[in-house]
Amino acid sequence: MSLAVEIASWALLLAGGAFCVIGGLGLVRLRGFFPRTHASSVLDGGGAGLILAGLLLQAGWTLVAVKLLVIGVLIFFASPTAAHALANAALARGVKLEQDGEAPSKR
Amino acid sequence: MLQRAILFLLFYAFWILMSGYFTPFLLGAGAAVSAAVVWFVRRMEVADREGHPVHLGWSALGYWPWLVKEILKSAIDVSKVILDPRLPASPTVVRFRPSQKTVVGLVTHANSITLTPGTLSVEVSPERFVVHGLTRASAQGAVDSEMDRRVARFEGGR
Amino acid sequence: MMFAVAALALLVALGLALARAVAGPTVFDRALAGNSIGTLAMMMLAVLGFLAGRPEFLDLAILYGLLNVIGTIAVLKFFRVGDLGDPGEDPRP
Repeated sequence: MSLAVEIASWALLLAGGAFCVIGGLGLVRLRGFFPRTHASSVLDGGGAGLILAGLLLQAGWTLVAVKLLVIGVLIFFASPTAAHALANAALARGVKLEQDGEAPSKR
Repeated sequence: MLQRAILFLLFYAFWILMSGYFTPFLLGAGAAVSAAVVWFVRRMEVADREGHPVHLGWSALGYWPWLVKEILKSAIDVSKVILDPRLPASPTVVRFRPSQKTVVGLVTHANSITLTPGTLSVEVSPERFVVHGLTRASAQGAVDSEMDRRVARFEGGR
Repeated sequence: MMFAVAALALLVALGLALARAVAGPTVFDRALAGNSIGTLAMMMLAVLGFLAGRPEFLDLAILYGLLNVIGTIAVLKFFRVGDLGDPGEDPRP
């Protein structure tokens, strides 16, 4: 494996790990349910995606790479669906969209 | 019938890619399972145009790299908000009318909004999207966005 | 080495998500944390597979991901309509 691929894969894995930790931190730090969903989306979109890309570079052109791609597509389609279902259910059960009542909505 | 054949071939290719073995028993079992799943899918009536949008063709593929770039950009923005000690989140809700006509276009638009960190689609209907944003800027960015235009372009243009 | 670093980062994130799942005031906070834990566990399985040199772990990760989605949606539906048999409103366009 060439050095450039190795370095790129290192960088992607590190960035993905950093996004995962930041997402977890946001999950703990942010106040209110709806802001927390954004932290979870950093975790799914940024963290998981970058870690998968880093692993993909390590795998090369093998069946392992195909499986990593399948995991990626699964997250790509399933995570927004789950997040939307979560938000919609929370709204239907009366979790307030706007906390503190200060955030103005357009129109 | 053509759609069923395509579905069968997709399932069978998926089976072979997942297993990676080429013994006669496993190849036969894969064919049998693929045929059974095609039959189930027909019975459940979920293999319609929406669940299987081959008609969108290649134009949808050009959208994905752009979406990945957007996701990374806004992931960095949201990370800055989370890491800031003052936590400058200003949760905002915006309501607007999407410009897509088909269900596939609407779902793609809503899912793209949710997949981008910082914005989350809460309610989706052809008349109105309700989008929650972590900051005021990210929420306003979802209204009449470039994403809206791009999705509208690829759902219409073949 | 780099897989160990990534696995460590994932462990930290898992701990934080677990803290939210324990503390979450509403059931939706817990479901959100549970969904994140599922994604992190998938990544953990993939990274562990590379760390141990056994890519078969990826199959487990795929299976875990599929179950995670179904689990999240099922829990949400239960808390929204109260039972899992309800077909829900289905607007035919």
